[in-house]
Amino acid sequence: MKAFLAFLKKEFYHIWRDPRSLLILIGMPMVQVILFGFAITNEIVDAKIAILDNSKDEVTQEISNKILSSKYFKLFEYLTDKNQIEKSFKKGKIKIAIIFENDFSQKLNRNENPQVQIIADATDPNTATTLINYVSSIVFDYQSKYLKNKSGGLNVVSKMEYNPGLKGVYLFVPGIITVILMLISAMMTSISIAREKEKGTMEILLVSPIKPLMVIVGKVVPYISLALVNAVTILLLGVFVFGLPIRGSLPVLMLEIIIFIITALGLGIFISTKVETQQNALLVSLMGLLLPTIILSGFIYPIESLPEILQYISHIIPAKWFLIILRDIMIKGTEFRFIIKETLILFGMMTFFLIISIKNYKIRLE
Amino acid sequence: MKKDSGNYIVEVENLTKKFGSFIAVDNISFKVKKGEIFGFLGANGAGKTTAMKMLTGLLNPSSGKAIVAGWNVETNPDKVKLNIGYMSQKFSLYDDLRVNENIRLYAGIYGLKRSEIKIKINKLIGELGMENLRKKLVGDLPLGWKQKLAFAISLVHEPPVVFLDEPTSGVDPITRRQFWEMIYKASSEGTTIFVTTHYLDEAEYCTRASIMVDGQIKALDTPENLKNRFEVDNMQEVFVKLARG
Amino acid sequence: MNKVIINIENIYKYYGEIKALENISFSIGKGELFGLIGPDGGGKTTLIRILTTLLKPTRGNAQINGLDIVKDFKKLRKQIGYMPGRFSLYEDLTVEENLKFFATIFNTSIKENYYLIEDIYTQIEPFKDRRAGKLSGGMKQKLALSCALIHKPDILFLDEPTTGIDAVSRVELWDMLKKLKKQNLTILVSTPYMDEAKLCDRVAFIQKGKIMEINSPLTIIEEFEEPLYSVKGDDFYHLLLELRKMKITKTAFPFGDSIHLTTNRNIDTHELNDMIEKRIGARTETKKINANIEDCFMAKMINNM
Repeated sequence: MKAFLAFLKKEFYHIWRDPRSLLILIGMPMVQVILFGFAITNEIVDAKIAILDNSKDEVTQEISNKILSSKYFKLFEYLTDKNQIEKSFKKGKIKIAIIFENDFSQKLNRNENPQVQIIADATDPNTATTLINYVSSIVFDYQSKYLKNKSGGLNVVSKMEYNPGLKGVYLFVPGIITVILMLISAMMTSISIAREKEKGTMEILLVSPIKPLMVIVGKVVPYISLALVNAVTILLLGVFVFGLPIRGSLPVLMLEIIIFIITALGLGIFISTKVETQQNALLVSLMGLLLPTIILSGFIYPIESLPEILQYISHIIPAKWFLIILRDIMIKGTEFRFIIKETLILFGMMTFFLIISIKNYKIRLE
Repeated sequence: MKKDSGNYIVEVENLTKKFGSFIAVDNISFKVKKGEIFGFLGANGAGKTTAMKMLTGLLNPSSGKAIVAGWNVETNPDKVKLNIGYMSQKFSLYDDLRVNENIRLYAGIYGLKRSEIKIKINKLIGELGMENLRKKLVGDLPLGWKQKLAFAISLVHEPPVVFLDEPTSGVDPITRRQFWEMIYKASSEGTTIFVTTHYLDEAEYCTRASIMVDGQIKALDTPENLKNRFEVDNMQEVFVKLARG
Repeated sequence: MNKVIINIENIYKYYGEIKALENISFSIGKGELFGLIGPDGGGKTTLIRILTTLLKPTRGNAQINGLDIVKDFKKLRKQIGYMPGRFSLYEDLTVEENLKFFATIFNTSIKENYYLIEDIYTQIEPFKDRRAGKLSGGMKQKLALSCALIHKPDILFLDEPTTGIDAVSRVELWDMLKKLKKQNLTILVSTPYMDEAKLCDRVAFIQKGKIMEINSPLTIIEEFEEPLYSVKGDDFYHLLLELRKMKITKTAFPFGDSIHLTTNRNIDTHELNDMIEKRIGARTETKKINANIEDCFMAKMINNM
């Protein structure tokens, strides 16, 4: 136990005495949140829109008015023919077009589902997604308020029904927490173990009576605490600077965060068993962890919009499951029993990575 | 401006390098004659490396002057670099290039013409007796071969002076001597050799040797004279006597 | 030899095609200062890592203190001290923090075994609050040695402790080893510097993964059979080249300020000197000399080629 405490103390010395990495560890999360936060909250306003109304009845006109009266859209033109849409897009005049089916209100009255078709200029997928979400949100808003007693519904695909404020920052804060935790936990542990190898101190640790498990736990504990501090910092920033709600249970949230941190630490240790230098540890962590975490987790691109093969790959990315859990708890306020599946998957991954990293941790130099 | 240096290839006057309040090189002065094998000895941290960096144009002096191969290291570091050869134990060759590719690379860096390079490669490989190893990756060569090749490459542009930083570290005694024979050969052909080493028997092979202690040159003479002056049998003892103060 | 404390039997180590060690067998007695002498890439580090349980041999086995290096590695690790070739302390910890750390992970304290390292540690104690990374090469070695000794090991393994440090620090390090030997510690030390062989009780010459010779330095020198002469002259390089051309010459190598010449038959010194002077047309000075360790190493190398 004494040996373990000595080891732990040494690890904290390493962290405190390296001002540069300490600055990165503490400063990076804040800078990221603030950068992303402000970049994303710059909502799109006055996007040019074209409307093709094939019904021209009271419902379609009312929806059109709702859309046009919002600050997000500005009418470019009313269209009369489907062919005009493509032209408008090609000239780059409009960002989005809306098509109402004919006999819209009659179909609604006959309890059918008339279709509102939204077409967006997907050359900028982020803007396109946001705009689609704006429109569908307005349509649903209309539906829930004015069409309550109608048994039919409007047929629109929407992905952001739980984010009525349409604020991107709500989606990005969980994403940033995911990336930062992955980065700090996995990258920093792998680098710190690789450093012992590179400097030759691992040789002495190996020939000493200190148990491999103690070395691993000793390496992991400081980073668990650091990662937790970071997670809390980001949450606080999210809540107080960007007005992010935490709708679900806070203890459950923290529990999930800890599971994810340990998963990432396990990955970090696993990487460190495979590399010999700090440089390689950094490279492998960045390429092998950071990129998938950003791209395949749903942080930046919705999983549904990825090519099919990448969608399959995304299943083995811990960050994907963690992000689902985070968004569910924070934004939807989902209860724990509805995210048990995701939690179990994450827990399984944690156990898996911990076991293989401990199995792979060498008691010799080869 | 290039200075006609007469008999000297390296002229150092009151050269000093300070890092903050720490004086790494403290007002050293010496001259190296053309064709000499000049041993530059000193304890770890005595300032050898810093002095060497100033002489090769990698580091600017805080004060004082050094003329190397006719050029002032402070005002014309580029000219200095073009006119010296350099080989260190740490940085020498690219492990992932073949023997001939390494030679071609350095010959190219020093501005040799394409036709010259071809001749150089053949000549150099022939002299080293490496015909069979020509297409081998340098990383796969034994250490001794690497060092010999690195030395030959440091002479590829026929510089008047070559700086060798611990060139024989860790090689076997026979290879070490073969290496020194290459040094003798280069020296007999007129190249000046400026060499640092931790093997003090090698100091005896030098025409003259200097010993640095705490940033200053405490002794500079032929090995014979140094041994007589300190009344000892070998350079090792000279060194220990001087460094212990 | 005292009671055998390290017993190595037919150890082989392969890395794929590369034979790092081939059929290494020898034993070391309790309290011996044993030198592993040879150039880089000869297999010194691999052998030491096998003995310190850091690597497994491909074949063969070894016992230290009666414990098998593979099976009993856990027990063994408590009984050995090891100082790797690279500087292997925490550069961002202070001198004292390093020592304290290594004492604690070996389940001991500085106080308990201070007497063991006192001689060495007092030299660096004035700098105990300095970060290890800021120490000079010699001081780093002293700290590393203190850390390797702090748990009072029975056997100390030092991998090239004098490589890259200056002559003064080298002398000091060997003085320390001699003192440790007096405390009945068994020491296995590797070095590429041939002149350090004479400071050991026994040495093994190791080259290209094979052991060429094991004996006391004195015996090795005595067993050198070839006639050996030292030749001095003015134009050193010219002299060397001319000596090589003589029929009587077996080998000619520069050694400090003279050339060591071995011949294929015994010859009177004056006769030899006349022969040389005639050949180069200048005065030379020839003496019959006894071999030193480096002569012996080189002779073994040539015999093994």
